[in-house]
Amino acid sequence: MEAVAEDKKQTPKTKEEVVIKIKGLKKSFGEKKVLQDINLEVHKGENVVVMGRSGEGKSVTIECIVGLLTPDGGSVKVFNEEVADLKDNKLKELRMKIGFLFQSGALFDSMTVRENLEFPLTRVLKIKDQHELDERVKEVLEGVGLLDAIDKLPSDLSGGMRKRIGLARTLIIKPEIMLYDEPTTGLDPITSREISELILDMQKKYKTTSVIITHDMECARITADRVVIMNDGVFIAEGSFDSLHKSKNEIVKAFFKDIL
Amino acid sequence: MAEQELELTGWRKWFAEIGDQCIFFTRFLRNIFTGGFEWSEFVRQCYEIGYRSMMLVGITSFIMGGVLILQLRPSFVKFGEEGMLPVSLTISLIREIGPVITALICAGKIASSIGAELGSMKVTEQIDAMEVSGANPVQYLVVTRILAVTLMVPLLTIIGDVIGLCGGFLAINLTDNISFYLYFHKCIGAIDFSDFLPAFVKTIFFGFAIGFVGCYKGFNSNKGTASVGIAANSAVVTASLWIFFIDAFCVQITSLLFYR
Repeated sequence: MEAVAEDKKQTPKTKEEVVIKIKGLKKSFGEKKVLQDINLEVHKGENVVVMGRSGEGKSVTIECIVGLLTPDGGSVKVFNEEVADLKDNKLKELRMKIGFLFQSGALFDSMTVRENLEFPLTRVLKIKDQHELDERVKEVLEGVGLLDAIDKLPSDLSGGMRKRIGLARTLIIKPEIMLYDEPTTGLDPITSREISELILDMQKKYKTTSVIITHDMECARITADRVVIMNDGVFIAEGSFDSLHKSKNEIVKAFFKDIL
Repeated sequence: MAEQELELTGWRKWFAEIGDQCIFFTRFLRNIFTGGFEWSEFVRQCYEIGYRSMMLVGITSFIMGGVLILQLRPSFVKFGEEGMLPVSLTISLIREIGPVITALICAGKIASSIGAELGSMKVTEQIDAMEVSGANPVQYLVVTRILAVTLMVPLLTIIGDVIGLCGGFLAINLTDNISFYLYFHKCIGAIDFSDFLPAFVKTIFFGFAIGFVGCYKGFNSNKGTASVGIAANSAVVTASLWIFFIDAFCVQITSLLFYR
């Protein structure tokens, strides 16, 4: 499929270094070719929103970035390192710089909120000092506005609260890159908006680079510096939210048709 | 990384699974000795697996001891050898019935619970979350569980054997009259080191098989809610089969070493 470059002049390209560089990425599952030729550069401090229909391979793309999936072809470089070529220790070091917010929040349901937040600190950063652990847990919980939930189990939390705690757990190790997999799916419009604004606040506070996978147009509008649209395993359009809103491309128009 | 379901059938699928299990076993071995041991999780698992299974193993062993006496008694009375009932019960319980029954109960209770727990953690992306945070899910989830089951099943078997003998004592006293001291004197006099040691050693292998199969099935389940049930079910079936294979193999070895 021919790629349509939408109004690239309006895209807020910065002179900042490229932290994620994807070139010719291909990935299949059995006979199904999910990613056919994905090319993307994400600059430091930028918020890139990836949109596309369900099953198009958006989540597969970010799972390749973090090394959860191995590409069949092409290249995924993060901080100039080829992810697929990294040995276990190097991959672990890279993952310490990347936060990944899963669609469900992926909280460890046998642990309390406090234990969930302490887990990456004690296991990954090897922090043993209880005072420091308490300080960092308190800081991120205040950031997401859920200090009261510190001793609750994930089963006692609502969907929105689980997403916030999931966000807090990824931010607690102070990552340089944040990958969000459908952060507002399954939430009501008010909570979705709160989560979207929280993503933006956290990005400003921690100066992270973000890739956000979403179907939620409001989330994309609030968070995106740049939007890329995926169709049939390739990116077909790229630009700011407003420029894509005016696009003549039928597939892009279909995404924006309910936006006034 | 079991990221892709290959569409294999028949023998190819069987060989692929054997290969997967070998890789999983290597990961387990490598993670025992590298990167620190999760002592607190290991102790928690010992409590969950050992202490919480004790009641079930105890009740079953008690009934089994009693039933064996009631079933054996008519034949022994026919030959005027009812005095040999404690001896027969002890040998059959210590050598074979105690270890196998305890292991089968543990396969039903523990393998299924590990398979379901890890399977649901896979479905809800908790294992992926652990991996992308830079923590080691094999070290935290797999090593601790397999070692805890390997330690607890032999201990549960010893407890089950003693309770089974108590059940036998009660059953004998329903019809005959024998003192507690004389009964246990006969029981202990009936066994020696060659009865106890091979039975104890095989329970270590039973425990390992239960833990390994439960963890493998859960850790490698597919990403769908139905796969949690499938993981739990196939963990029980496979662990039970392994118990019979190991038992048959151990009996051959024991016969060659001790009973020639």
